[in-house]
Parts: sequence; structure tokens; C-alpha cells
Amino acid sequence: MHDCTRRSFMKGGALALFALGGPPRFLLRTAFAEAGAARPKVLVAVFQRGAVDGLSMVVPHGDPDYYASRGNIAIARPAPGSADTTIDLDGFFGLHPALAPLKPIWDDRRLGIVHACGSTDTTRSHFDAQDYMESGTPGVKSTADGWLARGLAAMPPREPASPFRAVSLGPALPRILRGDVGAVAMNSVADFDVKEGAALTAGGPGARKGFEALYEQGVRDLLYGTGRETFEAVKMLKAAAPQRLAPANGAAYPRGRFGESLRQIAQLIRADVGLEIAFADLGGWDTHAGQGNERGQLALRLKEFAEGLAALDRDLGARMSDVVVLTMSEFGRTVRENGNRGTDHGHATAMLALGGAVKGGRVYGRWPGLRREQLFEGRDLAVTTDFRSLFTEVAVRHLSAPAEPLFPGFVAKSGTLPGLFA
Amino acid sequence: MRRGAGGVGLMLVALVGTACSSAPAPRPAPATTVAAPAPRAASSLSLPASPLTEDQQILHALNRLGYGPRPGDLERVRRMGVAAYIEQQLSPRSIADPAVEGALAGHRVLGLSTVELVREYPQPTPQARQRMAQGEMSRQDMMEMYPPERRPVVITTQMQAARITRAVVSERQLEEVLVDFWFNHFNVYAQKGAVRWMLPAYEREAIRPYVLGRFRDLVLATARHPAMLFYLDNWLSTRADFVVPGNGPNGGRRMGLNENYARELMELHTLGVDGGYTQQDVIEVARCFTGWTIDRPQQGGASLFRPQAHDRGPKRVLGQVIPAGGGPQDGERVIDILVRHPATARFIATKLARRFVSDEPPATLVERAAATFQATDGNIRAVLVTIFTSPEFWSAEAYRVKIKTPLEVVASAVRTLDGRIAPAGIGPDALTGGGVALAREVAKLGEPLYEAQPPTGYPDRAESWVNTGALLGRMNFALGLAHNRFRGARVDLGPFLGGADRSQPAQVLDRLLVVVLHDEATPRTRAVLASQLESSEITRTTAYDRVPKDTDVEKLTALVLGSPEFQRR
Repeated sequence: MHDCTRRSFMKGGALALFALGGPPRFLLRTAFAEAGAARPKVLVAVFQRGAVDGLSMVVPHGDPDYYASRGNIAIARPAPGSADTTIDLDGFFGLHPALAPLKPIWDDRRLGIVHACGSTDTTRSHFDAQDYMESGTPGVKSTADGWLARGLAAMPPREPASPFRAVSLGPALPRILRGDVGAVAMNSVADFDVKEGAALTAGGPGARKGFEALYEQGVRDLLYGTGRETFEAVKMLKAAAPQRLAPANGAAYPRGRFGESLRQIAQLIRADVGLEIAFADLGGWDTHAGQGNERGQLALRLKEFAEGLAALDRDLGARMSDVVVLTMSEFGRTVRENGNRGTDHGHATAMLALGGAVKGGRVYGRWPGLRREQLFEGRDLAVTTDFRSLFTEVAVRHLSAPAEPLFPGFVAKSGTLPGLFA
Repeated sequence: MRRGAGGVGLMLVALVGTACSSAPAPRPAPATTVAAPAPRAASSLSLPASPLTEDQQILHALNRLGYGPRPGDLERVRRMGVAAYIEQQLSPRSIADPAVEGALAGHRVLGLSTVELVREYPQPTPQARQRMAQGEMSRQDMMEMYPPERRPVVITTQMQAARITRAVVSERQLEEVLVDFWFNHFNVYAQKGAVRWMLPAYEREAIRPYVLGRFRDLVLATARHPAMLFYLDNWLSTRADFVVPGNGPNGGRRMGLNENYARELMELHTLGVDGGYTQQDVIEVARCFTGWTIDRPQQGGASLFRPQAHDRGPKRVLGQVIPAGGGPQDGERVIDILVRHPATARFIATKLARRFVSDEPPATLVERAAATFQATDGNIRAVLVTIFTSPEFWSAEAYRVKIKTPLEVVASAVRTLDGRIAPAGIGPDALTGGGVALAREVAKLGEPLYEAQPPTGYPDRAESWVNTGALLGRMNFALGLAHNRFRGARVDLGPFLGGADRSQPAQVLDRLLVVVLHDEATPRTRAVLASQLESSEITRTTAYDRVPKDTDVEKLTALVLGSPEFQRR
């Protein structure tokens, strides 16, 4: 059940500082720079909602059963010199041609792939499977919080504290960040302020100052405390002004919500606002009909996905040594194509981990094979890496989060972690 | 004992003065309110002595039983007496509600059956989507085949708009609060597959009729409803060795037990997580509900009992034996066992007390409410009477201690400004008219209506909805409402401010403090707002005449609506 004590306690602590006339809870950006403290490690979690076809995204072109199962939608075998075929990675796996922007990162050994990854729960419901992947408790629906929130809550707070430790780009806080860490959902960085009035000027600073004064009263409770935090956060963001940071190194984000989200995540990272976990998602993966092969519906989605990730990588440049991008999707799709040249809900899929600390240039996980008897329930790619193993490894090795609260009831046995980190 | 019109107030003033609470303490009753009581309608409810003034008691009732006062409500309840008001709210059928009927006339999905909704708001077929994806069909063709006003999203949009409209407009305020409470308790998620088309029927048939009735009826109605059967997967749950007969697409498929509904029925709907059941109880309960399924859910089919899928073996639930050879009555028997279990009485009493009294309700009150629950075989109305007539409900500690949820803050702001909601749009306007824009504001504050994903519904403690992003959202909502930026919702600050003279900012502020905050602002808030009047942006010089000052009424109203005081109820 919901447990509010931790956050209440934290708030009590923060407010005590105010009451004693101590320093403000959130110091401005310069504080981070001057302190010379190590920059926080950042995890950028990307959710491909709708179940991406892992077999088209990371193609097992060396498995003969792949081509036997997919008459129309298979991605053609690698053919050097041809832009419209699988991009070979290791002689067995290859990238969909629309993922070409990620190939340089692979070659740079900063992109690792975990294939045949997924949930131990067998549900083929998008809703349930996304729920389980975000709560981190497959099969248990009543978990109130998300695993990233639990992980962050268990990590020692950094000094100075930041209201932007966890940020989701989008209107609502996703399940994965719900919990007692005060994660912030924002539609856009520029929106995180008291908005202008009717004539787009009337509400302006006057309204913000007014609200701020109203919440500055010395009352010690949740509402006033949060109010003061809010204005500290607004001011901190104003001072850091992340929106002034144009993409660096010639990075070009794809048009659309996903590219916008990643662009702003990069801004928050570069502006040193204390971001530790960022979240973005993109849909359109539920390709039941007319999935396409090297081109088509899925290829267009993959292109946007890859261009976004590659732009983030380029934009952050050297900062990528502190950043890991982790992609996930609730399940994969059927191995055989269906009667509508699409695929139905399946089981395992492929997930990507990208960043300076990642031992890249390798496809991780045991390949279960695509012969009928090797498939899960005779139809789907079997799961050989529990998503919790991958997520645990990223959270523990990259963020230094304690493993215990991440996935209640799950113990990653030694030797079952993918081994993405040196 | 009848409430003595504040006669005991003076004695208790001293107590209030020393009461230590994180909420602003209520102002002591001024001596004048002890004067001659107004004539009252006869009421059989006897309210206990309260340290609150008469007006504070009325505001408390309006804020807890409903979505806050509209202009005139305070006076209206003063005339009829707060006990009579509560009694009336406890019998919603006795209250005429013509305004709601008018406001919802355009929300046609509310009255349609699931079958009709599937027919009128169809999901584009995979074939159509494929043809569109492959360029064989233009966007134009697609729009003609599936015009926006016939898309499935209209169903949730109209449901959301209706919920906020009812909260604002309905005279049956307690009923609306309870629909929100019980829907959240028996939550289903609109975005899970076929649930969307079942949503109007679910609220209309399984929730609304029973919100003040017997708890058992509520559990049984939700257990049987296709929306719940689908949302928590019970429709797929069969005896362990069941194989789908026939040559259909699933013919020959092995089915089996699905425990989802059984677990949530005990953990979330009845006993509570610490209710003393075991994993074996979950399995046994799931076995009892095997065969409770849906006849073709994607076509809007009804729920039915499928004997072939039912586990006919003997079961043992919480120590009680359910003999072999049963049918649908096995599940009903489980419901009987669960609703009469003392853990259920305590769990439901706690949740109701938390909703109506405080986030951490006093144990003494929970005990009495639970006792009423058990003594009346789960009569919800009786439990509410226990709560509403308790000293804890009328205590200084409970007064204004609750922080408004997103729905509550939006509804109460529109009510307090006497805002009007336009009738729902028809045709292409189906997605924009009426309460649609206001429902979107509720979503922006973090709790989109009918879109709580987990079966827990939205959390019932303030910690989860008070955070930096959401608080900023509340301030922006206040600015948007005062500036009439939400389509379909209008506030007219002119008549609302009555005779206040716009060229006299102090007068405008005084009036706002009375009509919006009912004089419950802290001295500090008053001082801050008064100092804002000095700001040139609040009091502006008009360009058109020689009047030196014109108050920016919209901004000042927004500040009051966005103040900490207005976030409480």
C-alpha cells in the first residue's frame, strides 16, 4: 500500500531548514559548478509503448527460421553497399536500416543490445505488461509506485538538493516515476512557470510574485512547503535557463514530440539542474497490420526513434560518459507474420543501452532460437533475460542505486545479469 | 440531541485557541453568531456540539459533502439548517436536479448501452488502418469513414466532461462525491481494451445506483459487470484444465485460472491488504469466480456465467467451506463471506473517514463507523450518518485540514465563481464543448478522470497529489479560469463581485476574500494580497478615462483561487 512517511519526513526536514532560517533548499546552478562535486549520473529511460517488434528492430539475420517465418515483412539480409538491407552487427544480428544513425555509436562501442529480453509474466495485454514493467512487479497489480521512483528514493540525496532529480517530459507523471520522490512532469521546460495572462503578458511576473509571496508564509505543512519548493524550482530553472541551450555538436533532433522531449532532456542535463532520471516515451509500435519491412510503417517509427537517440548522444557529447539511455517496451511480437502482413502481441523483445559506461558493440543475452519448439507457447520469442535483471544492472551499476527496493521479490542471481558494465 | 445553534460554541472557544494543528485554526466564534437561531426545518439528524461557528459548520458541510459552496449556498443552508441539509444530501432522490439534465443533454454516450456504443463509436478496423498505412486510402477517406465525432475517444471525453459538469452543477452534491469515491474504490481504467465502451454502463449500472445503499450490492454489481470482468481479467479465468471447444480462433486453446480479480477483490475492494487472507485464499476465491465471463467483449456483449469453465470442486475461503458442485452462487457466497468480515468493515470505514474527515482519521471514529457497518450489514448511508454526526467530523482538527484533489480544486473554483458550463458540443464539437476543457485541467493537475491505471485508483492521501509541478498547475488553472481561457466554461466576475467598485482595489479584495475564502484567509495572506494592490500590475491605470486606477480583477481573483487557503476544504 501507499507509504507516505518517507516523503513527509523529507519534507519535514526541508521545512525545518526554513524554520531555522537556514540556506534555501535548492541553490542555483552556479552552486553545482562551484562545488566541483562530481556531476550526477543520469539515466534516460525511453519507453516504446505498444510493443515494438524486436525481430525487425534488431534482426537475427543469421537465424534461418527468421526468414522462414516472415514472407513479407522480414528485413533483407545484409548486403554491403545497399542502404535498404539489414545493417550487420556481428554476423548474426543486425540493425534495421532505419536504425543507421545508431551504427556509429555501436562502432564506438557505446551501444549495447539485450535481445530476447522481457517479462516473466505471460500477459499479452499492453495495459498489464506496461503496468508491470513500470511498477517493476510482474503479476502484481496493486503496487502503488514505480521502480524508478523506488530506486531514486533509496539513493542518498545529493547536495545541494534539486527539485529536478526525476523529470518526465509529458503531461502526466508516468507510473514508473510515481512514488515518494517528488518527480516532476512537465510538458516543456518553458512551461514550467506561472503562465502569462489573457493577453500573454498580463499574468506575467506580477502573478508569479504574488503567488510566491502567498506561499512564503512560515507555516510548516505540506502545502506551504511544496509551494516554496515550487518557486525555488521555478527560479532555479529560470537561472539555469536550459531552453537557451541550442543543440550542440550539430545534433539534429527529429520533428515531433519524441525529439522535443529528448532535446529538452539534453538541455536539463547540460544546464546542471541536478537531473538524475529522465523519462520519455513514444508510441506507434502496435503493428498488427501493414507493418512494412525495410520501409513502411514500422521503419518510419524506428527512424524517428534512432534519430532521436543519436541526436541526444551527439548533443551531449562528452557528457555521455555520465549518461545511460535505456530503452524498453512491454513485450515483443509474434515470430510469424499474421494475415494482415503485421504481427500480433508476443513475448520477448530487444532493449538498448547506450552511453559512455556501457560495454557496447555487443548483443547480450542468450538467443533462444526461432524454431517452433523453441518458441514461447509455440509462437513467440522466448524470454531469456528477465527485464528486471537488465534494469537492476543499469540502476545499480550506473546510478549506484541499492538493488533491494527496485524489484520486490526479485533477486538477481549472480551470473544472470547481462554484464553491460565493465 | 439537536445541535444547539452554536450555543455551546463559547465554551469551546477556549479549546480551539489552544488546539495545535498544522491547518490554520478556525477563527473563534464571534459572540454575535450565538444570537437567536434562525427557524429550522425539522431534522431527525442530531449533530454533536462543535467548536466551529455556525457559518464554519455550514462551510465544512458544503466542502466535505460536496464540491464547495456556490454564491448563495451559505445563506441557503443557514436558512434550512445544516442538519437538514445533510439529511437532504443523504437522500439524493428527494432533490430535484433539473440543471444537470439540461447541462448533460448533449452528452449522448451517458445513456447508450455498450452494444450501441460499439456500433456508434467503432474502432477503425485493422483492414482500414492497413489500407491507410499503405496509402490505399487517403486521410480524407478515413475521416469520412470514421469522422472525429464518431471516434471511440468521444466516449471517454464525454464521460470526463460529464463528471466535472455534474460536480459543478448538480444539487446532489454528496451523491457526486460518492460516485467519485466508489468509482475510484472499484476502479476500472478506460484505456484498457474494451473497457472504454463499457465505461458509461459501468458507472450508470454498477456504481451510481448503490453509492448510498448496501455495500454488498456494490460489490456484486461491480463483480458481475463486464467492465470489471474485463479490466481485472476474470472473464479469461477458467478451471485449470479447461480447453476452449470448437474450431474458432481460440478453439483447442488451454485456459486456466487467472487470479487478478480474486486478489484485488480482497486486497482493494473488501478486506484491505492487511485483511488476513493468504495466497491460498486468493486461489480459492479465483476458483469460485471461474466461469464469470463476458459474451464477446469486443462486441459489447453482456456478462454471463459459463458452466463449462467453472471449477466445480470444493473450495475453502477464509476457513469457510464452499461445497462441490456449485455454480455462479460460489462467487456470490464469496462476496457474502467477504462483506461480512470484520476486516472489510474496518477497511471501508477507514477509507470513508479518510475521505470525509482527515487523511489520518481518528481511530475512535473509524471504530464506531466500522461498528455501524457491521451492525447494519454494510449500509453505507448509516456509516455516513455515523461519520457526519461524530464529534470528530465537527472538530477543530478536521476543519479545513483536507487538501483538495485535482477534481475538487477545479470543481470548487468554478462553483465559487458561479461559473457556467456550456452544453456539450454536438457533432464535430463533441470533443470541445461543455466540460471538456475543465476535464483537461483536472488531467493536467495529475489525475485524469477515468484514467487511473492501477486498480488502486488514485491515492487517497494528499502527499501524492501535492508536488511542485501540480501546484504550479493549480496556479495556472486559477489564472486560466479567471481570464476565461477554458472553452465551454465561463466566469463573469462583474456580477460575482457585486457592488465592489473596480476603481477601489481594496474593496474588490475585501469582496473576494468574503466570497471565495469566506473570510478564512490567514492575516498573512490578507497582508500579502493587500500589498499586491500596490503593484502596478494589479492596479493598472486605464488608458480610456481619467479614473486613476482600475483593479486587475482577473489577476487578483486568480491569486485568491491559487492561494494556499483555497487548496483546502
